Amino acid sequence: MTPPIAAGDPALELRSIIKEYDANRVLKGVSLSVREGEIHALVGENGAGKSTLMNILFGMPVIWETGGYEGEILLGGKPVTFHSPAAAMEAGIGMVHQEFMLLPGFRVAENIKLNREPTLPNAASRVLGAKLESVDVPKMRADARRALDSVGLGIDEWVPVAGLPVGHMQFIEIAREVDKANLKLLIFDEPTAVLTETDAEKLLAIMRDLAKKGHAILFITHRLDEVLAVADRITVLRDGEVVGTPDPKATTVARIAELMVGRPAAVTAQRRFFAPSTEPVIAVEHLKVDMPGERVDDVSLAVRQGEILGIGGLAGHGKLGIANGIMGLYPAWGRVIFGEKLYPLNEPRQALERGLAFVSEDRRGVGLLPEESIELNIALSALEAQGRFLHPFPLQPLRLLNHGAMRAHALEMIRSLDIRTTGPAQQVRRLSGGNQQKVCVARAMTLQPRLLFVSEPTRGIDVGAKELVLEVLRRLNRDKDVTLVVTSSELAELRAICDRVAIVYRGKIAAILPPDAPDAAFGLAMAGESAQAA
Amino acid sequence: MAKITPPFLLSEMFVRMGRNSVMVLSLLIPILAGLGLNFGIVIGAMAGQIGAILIVKWGVTGIAGFALAWVIATPIAILLGIATGSLFNRAKGREMVTGLIAGFFANGLYQLLFLFAVGSIIPFHSPSMVLPQGYGLRNTVDLGTIQYAIDDLVRVRFQLQGIEIRVPVVTYAIVGAFCFLTLFFFRTRLGQQFRAMGQDDHVATIAGIPVERNRIIATVLSTVLAAWGQLLFLQNIGTLNTYSSHEQVGMFAIAALLVSGATVTRATVGQALLGALLFHTLFVVSPLAGKALAGDAQIGEYFRVFVAYAVITVALVLHAWQSARAAREARRDAV
Amino acid sequence: MKLPTFLREFGIPRLLIAVFLAVLFAVAVATHMDLRGLISDSIVRVGRNGILVLALLPAIQGGIGLNFGLPLGIICGLVGAVISLNAGVQGIAGIGMATGIGIALAIPAGAGYGWLLNRTRGQEMMVGTYLGFAIVSMMSVFWLLAPFTNPTLVWAIGGRGLRTTLSLGGIYDKVLDRWLEFTVAGVRVPGGTLVVFLGLCFLVWLFFRTRMGITIAAARSSTRFARAAGISDERTRVQATILSTVLSAIGIVVFSQSYGFVQLYTAPLLMAFPAIACILIGGASVTRATIGHVLVGTFLFQSILTVALPVTSQVIQGDISETARLIIQNGMILYALTRTART
Repeated sequence: MTPPIAAGDPALELRSIIKEYDANRVLKGVSLSVREGEIHALVGENGAGKSTLMNILFGMPVIWETGGYEGEILLGGKPVTFHSPAAAMEAGIGMVHQEFMLLPGFRVAENIKLNREPTLPNAASRVLGAKLESVDVPKMRADARRALDSVGLGIDEWVPVAGLPVGHMQFIEIAREVDKANLKLLIFDEPTAVLTETDAEKLLAIMRDLAKKGHAILFITHRLDEVLAVADRITVLRDGEVVGTPDPKATTVARIAELMVGRPAAVTAQRRFFAPSTEPVIAVEHLKVDMPGERVDDVSLAVRQGEILGIGGLAGHGKLGIANGIMGLYPAWGRVIFGEKLYPLNEPRQALERGLAFVSEDRRGVGLLPEESIELNIALSALEAQGRFLHPFPLQPLRLLNHGAMRAHALEMIRSLDIRTTGPAQQVRRLSGGNQQKVCVARAMTLQPRLLFVSEPTRGIDVGAKELVLEVLRRLNRDKDVTLVVTSSELAELRAICDRVAIVYRGKIAAILPPDAPDAAFGLAMAGESAQAA
Repeated sequence: MAKITPPFLLSEMFVRMGRNSVMVLSLLIPILAGLGLNFGIVIGAMAGQIGAILIVKWGVTGIAGFALAWVIATPIAILLGIATGSLFNRAKGREMVTGLIAGFFANGLYQLLFLFAVGSIIPFHSPSMVLPQGYGLRNTVDLGTIQYAIDDLVRVRFQLQGIEIRVPVVTYAIVGAFCFLTLFFFRTRLGQQFRAMGQDDHVATIAGIPVERNRIIATVLSTVLAAWGQLLFLQNIGTLNTYSSHEQVGMFAIAALLVSGATVTRATVGQALLGALLFHTLFVVSPLAGKALAGDAQIGEYFRVFVAYAVITVALVLHAWQSARAAREARRDAV
Repeated sequence: MKLPTFLREFGIPRLLIAVFLAVLFAVAVATHMDLRGLISDSIVRVGRNGILVLALLPAIQGGIGLNFGLPLGIICGLVGAVISLNAGVQGIAGIGMATGIGIALAIPAGAGYGWLLNRTRGQEMMVGTYLGFAIVSMMSVFWLLAPFTNPTLVWAIGGRGLRTTLSLGGIYDKVLDRWLEFTVAGVRVPGGTLVVFLGLCFLVWLFFRTRMGITIAAARSSTRFARAAGISDERTRVQATILSTVLSAIGIVVFSQSYGFVQLYTAPLLMAFPAIACILIGGASVTRATIGHVLVGTFLFQSILTVALPVTSQVIQGDISETARLIIQNGMILYALTRTART
């Protein structure tokens, strides 16, 4: 099934795509093209701009509601602009999504032909319009059968989708796209994320097969080994720019990983050394965490008193799961010793009471009560876990808020963290991202923890404020002797403030490196090709 | 009070099934389109009543009168259905409460119209229908002129053990026609779109289905069918209680549907008919049973209302329980 | 049309309602009506209904949303009232007994209801509405069969089954209203009832500044937030529901003494709706409510209901206040339902 594209023109061409959200440039002039019969891999960290690019290509309303984009899209050599997903689909862009877009109660054939069912006219449709034409079930089944055969899936096209194995569902998605007669470009968005090894290999085989049949394929993935297995060309995206187009036949996984994560900033001169023999403040053995998307398989770590330990690695490999698991936000297994005592997992209350604190990567969902005042947000965890800011009273639950104490403390935090606000009673949601983050840090600090986990400390914060937040963390560690564990997607900032950096790959620690280790060492660790430990 | 004999029950059931089934059928499309139980069908009933009131005023009788009422009620029901559907679109996830409250609200507007505006702001020269003060419709409107207009279009009567049983043939034909139309509808392209929406409106949107527009269409279809259902009901009863005939209509129709085993997300034509049968049997039997068992028919009446509420409560709890559990699991499995 | 921020936040419906009330009062003044009587009646209605509105606050602040299941607590209070009447206890003691029994029943009832709400997250409003309806209608059967024997309560014929309305005349009719009654500038104020109402308002306000109250309110935004802060939001939601149910039990006892009658059978069916309209008119939303909302809203809505009939009956025959109530009350709730999008 070769799509009708003028000879010589690529199936898809993006020219200098620029997109801004509120004066924040998310795409800074991205260009790429996909030819017929080619598999073009697009890789980049979360936040690099891949989703925004896809949203633009698919005509998602959110793009138009925020000022549109600059640059050109050419489909089959002709310039196009899509204002809705329906328009994109009609023009011939197909997408196999990460989360399956299937209706479990419908049969396979009904899913394949969803909203494109073949129909026959009837009495009602002649009067009231085409929408009331009867669905031509035999033709629907025949078309579906053909589509399923072309992706090598032999199942009965009339069974309901519910209950089918995950691998089959992915193939039904592909069959649906392939059934579209005018398909010009097929996008695969993280297709193997939920598949087993065997199913993933089958999928890659189908992808190669479709490309051989002449389809143009755009392949978005975090799995760099897959990229090397099937891609004809690679585009690496970082911070909204194309930073490299390595030749798959000549490059390595490590090199791609390096490109994705970027050149580190100048490393801070004063690196401190913590003797491994010192009693660790927390020792983690064989930690396993079930955090969807960031599964931890087997992590063992020892964090030394007073150090700043960094945890890095590519998205989806589990780095965010470590802190979340230890703090009890997601189910965790393993053995943890904290402060010489055995520490109970899966009990968030215990975490807070024993001297652990957490600034979560999910600022809005877990870190803040946006409708409440700054002072309440700052005081909340300590109030709950330690009973601070309450007037004494015989019955614990009925102790009244000591507003004066809460306010005084908030003012102190506002001053020392330099939080820009009109006052402690201001609603948190009115603050800028950077200041909101400082409120989260203040809340954790109010607990006076021994060990503080901070995840993605500067995500979504503008460049100017990033350094301020990092400085706050540095001072916390130096002046108050709080041990820090910082998890971040930005390797540069980890190398800037941490004493050691652990790299997570596929749920395990691949290596623990000093911040001034060579770039290649980090690249290899992130690609899982090293067994180094500092 | 008549004793419960099989012929009596049979006679009652023929009549009740005929006059109530269409109202229950009107609930099907919104359920399958993902809107849940349309507690706002009372709005459709009110549209039907407006039609009935007007034809009585204009003195159009018999089948012509009924047809005219139908013609008047339909565009009103369409407009009201569009309004209700738009409300549903603005209250996603809360359609059922919104429908319930919208019904109450519409009832307030209906009262404003017929209790105060008619005769004062809106000229209505019909002293027999208007209250002595010059404005406001009386509490009852006699529909004798169109009573049995449809039921008796084809007269079929037979005697069974001394009780005359009327079989409202044309009414049943109409019910049958709507059953067939509903089944036919779900085999069309639009019906397929509705079924898709009912399962997952996010997937439906991605597939290019105009979900918001379709939800309004579903509400319009339901409201119009409810208007027609109310007219069928009224032509059998023969009297319109201006301010209360429509009151419990939604609740009873929904309870009837649920009694058959239909749920907030799944209902079939067969269940609609079965439910109407079961529910109305209960309705007839309950006060008589109350009198026989406890010496007080009133207990039976309170009991049947309780059953209606209880059935709805159980269905709502089951639906909420299952979808809360599914939401919890989906969050856990989300990649 | 871009409205000034203040107006947009205040809300068009609230504005319209406030204007409507002002117009009614203006007409009353212009037609030389007994203004003092009207104001006095308004205050009486505020005191009468206030606690039922207050009962909604813990539910909203606890994350349950609008508590359409208010009839549950109301039934508990009614059972208490009936028992106290059957025992013939008079005056403040009678009210105390009714309230005490009502609270004792409301605590387990609220706990059960709260448990159910935890299992039916996302559909609390619908479940609450119909649970309330089902319980009221089940109790109708109970009132008919109940083993009460006091001749003033049961039907004369047959001697069994409670009457639809039980008169409180001579027992504890208006006991609280008259307790601290005073008159200022010719306006009669039911001091006792207001003291109880405002007193409870103060206690609820105070409660949400205690550790327990702060915990309940903090947990309402999301389960994950609560968990991260070490709070069990299942527990806090049940606590909030119990508080709401207890307050509504107290509320119906105060209501009945002010009204002079205990209304059984189908009367409690629709009692949640006016209360919900009150708190919404006062400025609350499905996710946030303050004592200020309770006070302002009850005042606005109940005043309109009190004043509309006498003012309009000078011109219009028929009770337009009832129709106005249907429109304003349900219009307000509809507005609130269509405002917040589903998360």
